Amino acid sequence: MPTNRIQSLFESLRSPRRAAFIAYVTAGDPSPERTPAIVAALERGGVDLIELGVPFSDPVADGPVIQAGSDRALKAGTTLVKVLDIARKIRETSQIPLLLFTYMNPALHYGFEKLASDMKSAGIDGVLLTDLSVEEAAPYMKPIREAGLDTVFLAAPTSTPRRLKLVAQYSSGFVYLVSRTGVTGERAALADTLAPLVESTRKFTNLPLAAGFGISTPEQAATVAMMADGVVVGSAIVRLISENADDSRIEAFARELRQAMDGAAAARSASL
Amino acid sequence: MIISQPDSTGHFGPYGGRFVPEALMAPLEELEHAYRQASADPEFQAELADLLANYAGRPTPLYFAKRLSEALGGARIYLKREDLLHTGAHKINNCLGQALLARRMGKKRIIAETGAGQHGVATATVCALFGLECIVYMGEEDMRRQRLNVFRMRLLGTKVVGVATGSRTLKDAISEAMRDWVTNVHSTYYLLGSALGAHPYPTMVRDFHRCIGVEARAEILKREGRLPDQLFACVGGGSNAIGMFHAFIGDEHVKLIGVEAGGRSGALGEHAARFAGGSPGVLHGTHSYLLQDDDGQVAATHSVSAGLDYPSVGPEHSWLHDRNRAEYTKASDPEALTAALRLARTEGIIPALESAHAVAEVLKRAPSAKGQLFIVNISGRGDKDTDIYREHLPELDQPDANQSNSIPV
Repeated sequence: MPTNRIQSLFESLRSPRRAAFIAYVTAGDPSPERTPAIVAALERGGVDLIELGVPFSDPVADGPVIQAGSDRALKAGTTLVKVLDIARKIRETSQIPLLLFTYMNPALHYGFEKLASDMKSAGIDGVLLTDLSVEEAAPYMKPIREAGLDTVFLAAPTSTPRRLKLVAQYSSGFVYLVSRTGVTGERAALADTLAPLVESTRKFTNLPLAAGFGISTPEQAATVAMMADGVVVGSAIVRLISENADDSRIEAFARELRQAMDGAAAARSASL
Repeated sequence: MIISQPDSTGHFGPYGGRFVPEALMAPLEELEHAYRQASADPEFQAELADLLANYAGRPTPLYFAKRLSEALGGARIYLKREDLLHTGAHKINNCLGQALLARRMGKKRIIAETGAGQHGVATATVCALFGLECIVYMGEEDMRRQRLNVFRMRLLGTKVVGVATGSRTLKDAISEAMRDWVTNVHSTYYLLGSALGAHPYPTMVRDFHRCIGVEARAEILKREGRLPDQLFACVGGGSNAIGMFHAFIGDEHVKLIGVEAGGRSGALGEHAARFAGGSPGVLHGTHSYLLQDDDGQVAATHSVSAGLDYPSVGPEHSWLHDRNRAEYTKASDPEALTAALRLARTEGIIPALESAHAVAEVLKRAPSAKGQLFIVNISGRGDKDTDIYREHLPELDQPDANQSNSIPV
């Protein structure tokens, strides 16, 4: 039985099968006040799930675009406390699933017991900590899981079968597949490492598999939508925000990706 | 008896571990496996021992600093002369070990970070020696203040990549090196330069520097017939300190003193004294003491010495700190500069600014330590810091600068 918004979302996308459209935004970029409107625009454009990034001073897994987004958010005074406020604000008008997306240290400093309870009361559905390995995860994720929140972990092209099994075991909601080795950022071509990663992860879990890193164009999103249960777009959206795109431009960009993904799904079911 | 070995998952008590993106987890497992095999391989050990002796210049002298001891009027002070090694600092010990390991693993591309440039120079050196491609990440601020080392690296055939993010110092150089590694993980070996980062780096780097303390321990027993009372080493990431301390950890009566950078003041952002102003946190793959703000953001740091200017510290030091086995103190920028001058004028040894922090603590403690034996690790020589010494001692640049003792020591 689905117990939260993330699980309900993927349940609702099973039939007819559609890929979830997942958008990453750095909360507080360009300002904490602006984020709820950006999320609303993305939702209107067809985004199914929001990864709400908590900015961190030293984002080692991120490329230049998201690094710059984190810097802008930190300069605008964004803290984890403010991100929770942003989530509450989003929840006033929307039931879109929210995944808190950050690095270990801000969460560790906040305290995981408190984070679990505050995430829950703010209406956040789960968490992904980029630099929290499954080996280290158990004590930290315990209060999160006990609060009924999802814990999403990364699987990578370098992950061995033993590791993929662990990642699948520790994940709930979905598994995030890193489509290629590297940092976040837009790339001209999709990596050929994604298809084998989907196939090998699938052996260990029935959880939805969402793919991200390097997906920014409608064509790329459409291709990934055929392979995975979810498509994550991050840097392309953060770049739009860096260009001070207004709500209608953000919405239009999301819609373009959504339509490409849905077109691919329709073509796929017609061919079956 | 204090045991200081990591457990099988790389934890020193609550510290250490492996906090990296999943893409780096399997490569770290591979590295750990390769390191274990190499450690147990007599051929690997023999080749390393040969290079350390005949290329790097080990063992380094343990020098009795007679004039300094007499001037301070207390403890008998010995200097462990890592500054006499090839490339001018202890860093070469680790670089030779890791370069041999990289070669054994079939990696042809080496990346590294550097703060003061000593690890960068040592990495550039071993890459030249083994014919490996070498890229060194260095904060732009550090490139400015350690420009001599930037040129040395380039002379050795290394590409130095300036890092313009964050504080443009060692922290940002490590972040950028990690980004390179995660991108080029199949071809690339990350030659991390301190006892930091994710397991197995803190243990591996310590093991490659362990010779410092092993030699010092044997030598002092031979010369003085007893163990020292206090050991001193500066602590940035903590590689020279853990290398010096490790062989003495079981000698409970030997005090281990780590000296951090006190910088300009005790305010957050003005120093790099993790044990004075930090709390446990996660940065660059490891759980350790960290200078951070109320929101868990990593704090800016300052030190006159680029090699100590880092917000976290090797996890084994955090463990030794919490177990009260080692004591951590700090020296300010002016104290380090004064100590360097004092050592230069009493012993004819210009230390690296990093090492001068350890000397500064010796100056404080020696006068009241009559009958005690001190060993201080001179982890590097001061040539690279000439620009900074000049900046702080403009009177010596005057045409009529007194050549003898115009500056009181």
